[in-house]
Formats: sequence, structure tokens, C-alpha cells
Amino acid sequence: MKISPEYAVQMRGITKTFGSLMALNKVGIDVKKGTIHAILGENGAGKTTLMNILYGFHQADEGEIFLEGKKVFIKTPHVAIAHKIGMVHQHFMLVDNFTVTENIILGNEIANKLGIINYKKARNEILKIVKKYRLDVDPDAKIENISIGMQQRVEILRALYRGIDILVLDEPTAVLTPMEISGLIKIMHELTKDGKTVIIITHKLKEIKSSSEFCTIIRRGEYIDTVNVRNKSEEELGAKMVGRAIKLVVDKDEAKPGKTVFEIENLHVYNERKISAISGLCLKVRAGEILGIAGVDGNGQKELVEAIMCLKKVKSGVIKINGKEIQNTSVLNVLKNKIATIHEDRQKRGLILDFTVSENAILGKYKLRPYSKNNVLNNSEIGKLTKKLIENYDVRPKDCQNSLAKELSGGNQQKLIIGRQITCEPDLLIAVQPTRGLDVGAIESIHRILIEERDKGKAILLISLELDEIINVADTIAVIYNGNIIKTFSQNEADEKVVGLFMAGGKVGANARKNS
Amino acid sequence: MVQMLVKTLKKPITSTFIAIFLGIFFASLILAFAGYAPFDVMKALFNGIFSKPKNIANVIIKSTPIIITGLSVAFAFKTGMFNIGAEGQFIAGSVAATITGLSLNFPPFLQIPIIILAGCLAGALLGGIIGSLKAKFGIHEVITSIMLNWIAFHLSNFVVNCAAFHKPNSSNTYTINENGFTTLFYKWKTSEEGLKFLKEHSLISEFFLKTDFNIGIFLAIILAIFISFFLFKMTKGYELRALGLNSQAAEFAGINIGRNTLYAMLIAGSISGLAGALVITGASPHNISDLSMFENNGFNGLSVALIAGSSPIGCIASGLFLGGLLYGGQFVQMQIGTPSEIINIMIGTIVFFIALAKFIPILVDKFSKHRIKSNTFNKF
Amino acid sequence: MITLTLDDIPNILMYSTPLILGAMGGVISERCGVVNIGIDGMMCMGAFTAATAGYFLANPWLGLLFGGLAGGLIALLHAIACVTFNADQTISGTALNLIGPGLALFISRLVFAGSTQTLTVSRKMPKIFSQEVSGIFRQINIDVTSLIALIIVILFWFVLYKTKWGLRIRAVGEHPAAAETLGINVRVLRYACVIMSGFFAGIGGGCVTLSTVSCFSPTSISGQGFIALAAVIFGKWMPHRACGACLLFGFAQILTVKLSGEKSLIPSQIIAMLPYVLTILILILFVGKSVAPKASGKPYNKNIC
Repeated sequence: MKISPEYAVQMRGITKTFGSLMALNKVGIDVKKGTIHAILGENGAGKTTLMNILYGFHQADEGEIFLEGKKVFIKTPHVAIAHKIGMVHQHFMLVDNFTVTENIILGNEIANKLGIINYKKARNEILKIVKKYRLDVDPDAKIENISIGMQQRVEILRALYRGIDILVLDEPTAVLTPMEISGLIKIMHELTKDGKTVIIITHKLKEIKSSSEFCTIIRRGEYIDTVNVRNKSEEELGAKMVGRAIKLVVDKDEAKPGKTVFEIENLHVYNERKISAISGLCLKVRAGEILGIAGVDGNGQKELVEAIMCLKKVKSGVIKINGKEIQNTSVLNVLKNKIATIHEDRQKRGLILDFTVSENAILGKYKLRPYSKNNVLNNSEIGKLTKKLIENYDVRPKDCQNSLAKELSGGNQQKLIIGRQITCEPDLLIAVQPTRGLDVGAIESIHRILIEERDKGKAILLISLELDEIINVADTIAVIYNGNIIKTFSQNEADEKVVGLFMAGGKVGANARKNS
Repeated sequence: MVQMLVKTLKKPITSTFIAIFLGIFFASLILAFAGYAPFDVMKALFNGIFSKPKNIANVIIKSTPIIITGLSVAFAFKTGMFNIGAEGQFIAGSVAATITGLSLNFPPFLQIPIIILAGCLAGALLGGIIGSLKAKFGIHEVITSIMLNWIAFHLSNFVVNCAAFHKPNSSNTYTINENGFTTLFYKWKTSEEGLKFLKEHSLISEFFLKTDFNIGIFLAIILAIFISFFLFKMTKGYELRALGLNSQAAEFAGINIGRNTLYAMLIAGSISGLAGALVITGASPHNISDLSMFENNGFNGLSVALIAGSSPIGCIASGLFLGGLLYGGQFVQMQIGTPSEIINIMIGTIVFFIALAKFIPILVDKFSKHRIKSNTFNKF
Repeated sequence: MITLTLDDIPNILMYSTPLILGAMGGVISERCGVVNIGIDGMMCMGAFTAATAGYFLANPWLGLLFGGLAGGLIALLHAIACVTFNADQTISGTALNLIGPGLALFISRLVFAGSTQTLTVSRKMPKIFSQEVSGIFRQINIDVTSLIALIIVILFWFVLYKTKWGLRIRAVGEHPAAAETLGINVRVLRYACVIMSGFFAGIGGGCVTLSTVSCFSPTSISGQGFIALAAVIFGKWMPHRACGACLLFGFAQILTVKLSGEKSLIPSQIIAMLPYVLTILILILFVGKSVAPKASGKPYNKNIC
């Protein structure tokens, strides 16, 4: 395509390497002014890197950038902002203990010559924008006290406050409820109506269909294609993204649930700030069943897992595994009672990145025979176990036994954790966001492993923020809201819209149904 | 060829040697700047360490306590804690050793273990305070350590001035009872028979008769080996290392953070306490004296551990190296008149470059990539 | 019976002043995300340079300034290591604690004919009132340096919480990537803060050798930098609270002096432990878990994140 002022952004031949990793190889993109343009690719495909280069956060090794037909050199975010480019990162770039106002003005403060900030004036400016785009944000709230959806609006607000013309959104829907997502799409349309250009980075096919006009696809650092979204189906887009046909639905047989293995009755838990995070929650998981907990982040999922694992004190209520109460004992006791957990944060809770793969393989069972005897570790047994894990769960590279865990890719790290936890032979397997940040291949194999374990008669508790994942994999779906299970569906009666409405709160759900 | 070079350059030990080289280089620059001939200074330093068997023995004696405090710091590092309190724990160990060495008088096979145990316990007490305050109240170990260093400092001076221990008209306590000495061949080398033997063997004579060569270094080596085994082969060591590298993951795997923090500091404290006790039993004057400043046996342990990259076995080498520099440094001042503080500057610079050493593999990577790139270009 | 009177205020402040300045150095460095355990070494270098410059220039004000510059120079090394090379901040700080005193004593021996003690300066830093004042003014006649330290605390508080620079410094210490995406140059800001940290620590050292006493000796700086660091943590990384912690420590010191002056039953060495025991007790009783700036101690390298 020709370089022309009609295009808000044109990038040509962008190449970027990190150490020995080739993140982008001669990638180009053309974004028409006043449109919503999607960049589609799997996790790790290089789409965020491309936009980070546009935003001056990284510098390309080679390649050119044109804004409205003019060649520019964007060395730092400062330059990008001067060129009226704004970016909302996937992991929000907000300072938790600052207020909304402080976060928005940071780096662009309204101050006098002495540098003293005029907060009153800043606040008024912000309120003006809030009103114009109907963003409904409280400028005085502290970031740590507002919801994820709200935080995202603060990010958008921050870009608007800087008077940007081009807004880049990195995986903006990953953490939102279906309701919030449609709200976000509305805001995006408001922006384009105002003449602004929006670029969204995503790996979710559905949202591209519902929001964007054009879509550029990137795979493993290579440019694949740019298409008009209207002319392509989700399956076609998906195939281009992954490089082969993908299944959007998970294959599995009907569940054959057995007796109740795990039970929670009337659970109450406080969070760090001594506010009730879980209030009267009840649930049951049966053998041979996957119970999926759907919900927006921050509705008590974290506290629920911590309470089960005895990392957090239970105020009242009962947690029972195989009829035995385990609440307020110790992590060790929970593990002994055959509960294994795949934690959402594999690098923080799941693995010790500076340990070798074999040292990680015995995390949680190093005290058991045959891995140790008389307090001395048995390296040959540990080696055998590690080899078995690498073989059975397809951890790559195959000879990684003695390499450090941090040298493995995210997907392989996760396979290692899952393998380790499953070889504990647990009666209850808790999987929290098990596929977060993984590519389609890894996601498929992890879903398959979970279903295999179910078929072996294990009870599985799946907690995920990805509604698709819950609906596809779980046999029973429970919606968590405000620290309570407010509705339970069986898989075949679960409809994404209805579940989504409940995720946003029971009452809203009921009202919305009345209206529809 | 290039690959092999890259591989060697990326090894941690290579970084350590580069840091040592740079440390010596910058110290030489400072010397030259101050008008001293660096080569002469280095020669005096070298002679101070190696010229006589006596000197070598003294270097080993000087190194023993800092190897052991180095082990204490290295051990704490492995469990995720910065034991800047080694200094205080060392003092506590030497105080306890002096008190027991003076108050009790059992035969050596009982007396020595009791003194050493007392030293370890005193160090462990201080370490335990640090560990439990961190575990229970989340108080940062560095603050507690610094406060306890001073408390131990004043405690030591208190004991020195107690009527029961104070040697009149001096600034120190009495010498501990001889049964507590761990100096090698202590009785034999002053006996008639021993003196006769040593007269005929001047080399050995210098090594043993003129110095307080003692069992400390052997204990230090055994300890280093044991700590390695404990950390890398035993379940408890595994737990403590897991805690040090990622406490959240360790907690999730059923490892109790608080309790293990306490254990770790108890062990680290007792190791430093051991160092203090061994100095009292091993080398004259076998007593403690009024302190006006810290003697840096613990603080030097920090440098030892850092240069060793927290490897217990490495602490032996880096401890001997530092001990050599500190001992040889005195000769530099005596023979050439160069201020001996140049040694501290040198050690500081080495540690400084150890901090930068992480950068070497990155530089090597960058450099080798350029090389490979230009090589491929040459081919075409 | 021990009584504290107005007369003791200047002494309490005299003890606290170097600590306060050292603590301000710690606050500014940690607030922008760089742990500075090398404050003690910087204070030592500052104390020596201030005394030396004060001696040769016969002007304590210039001496103090040179002390600050020397501290800043040592801090520059820390900044190079921690900001440019992403080095381990604790190790680098430990190294500077060796290099600072080493360099100070080394140069002292060169300049002052082999002595580690510098010659006495002809003019010390003045008090706020002249010697002739009487009555209450005489009682509260504090050192000018104490006044400067208190003013610097207020200034620090103001800059950190009211100005855009403070907002940026705090942001860089909490979430450097966020600051970077908003066009703030994290590296430059960290360099500035770390150098400033050394500058104030250097001045703090200078206060010992130009206000408290009038020369530098190897014991001039014996752990004040570490006490100042403790005060930073104790004061939850806030300038005014850290200052309060330093004053408390100074108060305990004076109490110690008074107690050991009396013919008391308690041996002086035990009394000397008081400030340290008190600090630990207060930490246990009142402070609880303190939360450091989130990015403090972590090297920031955007190419790795």
C-alpha cells in the first residue's frame, strides 16, 4: 500500500529482536484514519511488541513509521504522546496507591513555575472529559479501591486527557464482563465518531467481529494478512491466526458424576482490608465432574482459593474434602488431604523460576518417599519423576531436566505445573486460570488434560475469568458475584449472555432479562 | 572456538575473576594517582602473604573467622535474607566463649565443645531475635540486625568491665583457661620434646611455634562442606532455598514461611557465633577487650559471601583471598608507607564489580551476536 | 532523678541532625526505587571531605558544600551500578560502605601526614544565635545545621507530596514502567535521586565534623548511616516520619548521656544499649509491617519486562 495521509498509522518492515529471540520480522501495518483496526495474533505472536514500538516503549532494530503520510522517529513514549498516540497496556500502567487524578496527570501535570501541582484545575479538566465521553469515573478514588473495568476507563481517560488522536488498546477485554465489553465497544465507537483512530490488540475472535472494520493478522513475528472483518468468519480468522484449522468447541463426553468429594458450607472470609470478601458461599464438587466458577475478577475468587489452601483464615463456615474438615489448618494438611492446585500465577505461586526443572518437579512432595529418605533427597528418584513428567505432559525441550524453570516458555512451564499437580493423584484438582497467556496449542492440550482427569473420576474445580473457557470445559457452571455463588447452570442450559448478566450481579441480570 | 570462549565468559566464576582483576586494577590506578608505584605495592602485598611460612599461617588464622562469618552470610542469602547482623552474632559468640572459658575448667575434650556450643548458642540467640521479629512482626532483618550489632557491641564492653572477668590494669578480660585452647599442638610445641623437634625442622617450627595455628580452618572447611550438603541435598535445605527464591511459591507448596525464616536465622546466627568462639579458643590473646569500633569480622564476612557468590565452598577461597589481602595490607604500610586502607578500597571495588558482574554475560551475548552477524556477512 | 530541660533541645538536635540528613538521603533514593544501603559510606566520605575542605578553605559553609559533593560523587557510582547496569542494589551499597571509609582514611593519611585524623578546622558551623544572647534564646541556641536539616525535611515533604517532581519520583518508585509509558525518563530521574541521596548524606556527615566536633577521625561516622536507614523504614519512607524517628533516636542518646552521667546503679555500657533496644521495642509495639515502595530494590529494565 502507498504511503498516504489517509492513513493514521503506517509501519513498514519492522524488525525487533530481544536477545536471541526474533520478536518481529519485517512486519508492516496500515491503519485508516477514523477506524477501529484490530491486530490479531496468539499470545507471543509479537502484536504487543509492534504496538510498543509505535508507542516508543521499544525501538525497532529496522523499519519505518509513518503518521498521516509523514515519516516519524518515535524514540520514547514522550515523542509518541507528542504525536498524539496513546496506549492502554494489558497490564494496566496505573500506580495502585495514587488517586485517579494523580494517575491521569502523571507526566503531564498542570503546575506552576515552581512545579506545584494545581489539583483543582486538573480535576476539572478530567471531569470535563468524563462527561463528554460518558466515562463515569470518580477522579478522587484510589486505584486500589476501584474495579478493573473502572481502571481501564482511567487508562482511556488518561490518553484522552493528553488529547490523543490514535488510541492503542492491548487486550482490552481480557478482564471485563460481557456487559463491560459492550460498554467498551460503545466508547470506542464514540471515539471514532470524534475522528479518532482506535487500534485494538486481541486474540479473541468474537470481539473483532463485533467491534472492528479491519484486522491485521500476525503469527510468530511474521505478517500474515490484513482483511476486511465483515467478509471473514470467526473460523477463517482463527485459522489465519494459528496457521491451521482450529476447533472453537471442546470435544468431550457427558459427565458421569459420582459422590460428592468436596464441599463448602456457608463460608465467610475477610480480605486484607478486613472487608468481607466471601459471604456465605456454598458449593459442592462431585467425582468425575468439572465445576466451573465464572465471574469477574475481584469477586472473591482469590480469597476462595486462599481459604481452601489455608493461606487465609476462614471466619466461619466449613470446607470438607472426603468428609473431613480442613479449614484453618495448614497448607501441608490440605496437600495431605489430596487437594492439588494449579495456581493462576505460575511464576509467583506455581514455580520457583530459579530452581531447575527437577527441583520444581518435587515442589510439594519433596518430603514423600521415594523422593527423600531420612531428610536426604534422592536425586535418582527425582530424576525419574522429572523424566516421566517431561514425557507424559510433553514439556519441551526434552532435555530440560537440569535447566532453570525460567528458561522454559510459558506454555511449557504450565504443562510442568499441571503434570506435577496431577501426579500427586489428587481427589480434588483446583485449576485457576490454567490457560492464561498461553497459545492455542497449549490451551487445547490443557483442556484435554483436564477432561481426561475428569474421566478418570477426579473432582475438578475450574476457576476462570474467561467465560468461553468455563462454558466450553465445565460440566456445571456456578457464577460468583460479590463473594457468593448467585446462580448455578448445567453446561447445556448455560447461555453466554445469561451467564454474563449474572456475572455482572444478580439484580442487573434479572432486570436485563425483563427488558429483553 | 568462539562458542567455547562465550561459554567460559558466561560462567559465574569468570565474572568473579574479572571483578577481582578490575578491583586490583582500579586500586592500582588510585595508588599511581597518589604517587605510589603500584607494582611495588603489589609486590609488598604478595611478599607479606607468601614470603614466610609464618605469614601463610597467619593469613589462614586471619581468614578463618571471616570464612565462617562468610558462610553465615552466604547461608542467609540462600534463604533470602541479608544477614548484616553477622558482626553482632560474632561478638556475642566471642563473649559467650570468653565467659564459659573463664568460668568452667573441664578437661579439653569437654571444655572445648562446651565453649563452642556456648558461642553458637549466643549467636543463635541474636539470629533468632532477628528471624522471629521478621516472621512475627514483619520487621526488616536489616534494621534488627543493625540494632543488635550495637547491642552486642556494648554488651561485650560490659562483660569486659565486669569485675569477675576484667583483668586489672588492662583493657581486656583474663585469658580463658588453657583447657579451652584449640591451638594445634599447644602443649607439645612448648614442651622440651617439642622444642627439640621444632629446632631441627625450622620450616614447621615457623608455622607452628611462631603462630597460633589452630583447628579453626579445618572446622571451617568441614562446615562449608556440610552446609553445601545441607542446602543442596537435604529436604530442609531445599525448603530454605525455595523460601529464599520465591516465598510465595514455597508457601503454596506447604512450606511454613515464618517458622523457616526463624530456623534460617537461628542457623546463620549460630554459624557466626561459632566464628566468634573459635577466635577466642584458637588465637591469642584468648580473651575479649574493650571495643572502640567494630572489628569487622562480620562485615568482612559480607564481602566474603558476596565475592563467593554465596557458594559455601567458594567462601573458603574468597575468605582466604580476603584474609590474605587484609593481612598482607599491614606490610604494605610498614614497608612502603602506603596507607593500608588501599586494601579496603580494593575489596570494596571488587565487591562493586561483583555487583556489576551480571552485566558480563549480557555484554558477551551482544558481542558474540555481532561476531556471528559479521561472520555470516563475510561468507556471502 | 533524671530531668530533661529546654537546655537539652540543642543537644538532641545535634545528635539527630546527621541522622536526619542521612535519612532524607535514604528517603529520596528509596522513593524512586533504589535501595541505598551505602548511606553510611557516603556520610563517611562527606564527613571527611567537609572537614578537610573546611580546614583548608577556613570556611565551614564551603566545607559542608564539598562534603555534599563528595557524598554525591560516591552516590554516582551507586547510580551507575544500579540504574545503568541493573546491578544488585544491596551488593553495590555494601561495596560503597567499604569504599567510602577506605577512600576517606586513605586520602586523610596522604593529606595529613599519615594521620587518620584531620586537623581541627578554624571555624565551626555557627549556632543560630550569637553567643551573647541570654535567657531562653541561650537555652534553645541550636546549631545552624540542625535548622537546615529541619528545613530540608519540610522541603522534602513539600516536594514529594505537592509538586510534579514528587509525583513523578513516587510513581517511579512504585511503578517505573507506568511512569516510562507516560514519557517520564526513569533512568534520569533515578540518577538524580540517587545522587541527591548521596549529597544529603554527605552533608549529614559534614554536620558531624563541622558542627558536632571540628575534625574528622575514623570514629566520626560509626554506623549513623545505618541508623538513618532504620529510621527510613521506621518512618515508612515518609520524610516527616523518618525525621521523627531520628529525633527519637537523638532523644534516647541524650537520655543515655544523662543516665550515665548520674551516679547510677546501671553500668554505662548497659545504658548505651538503650537507643537500640528502644528502637526495636517501638518497632514491635507500634509499627508492624511496613510497606516499601513497590519497585524499591528492583532494577528496572524495560527490555526484560
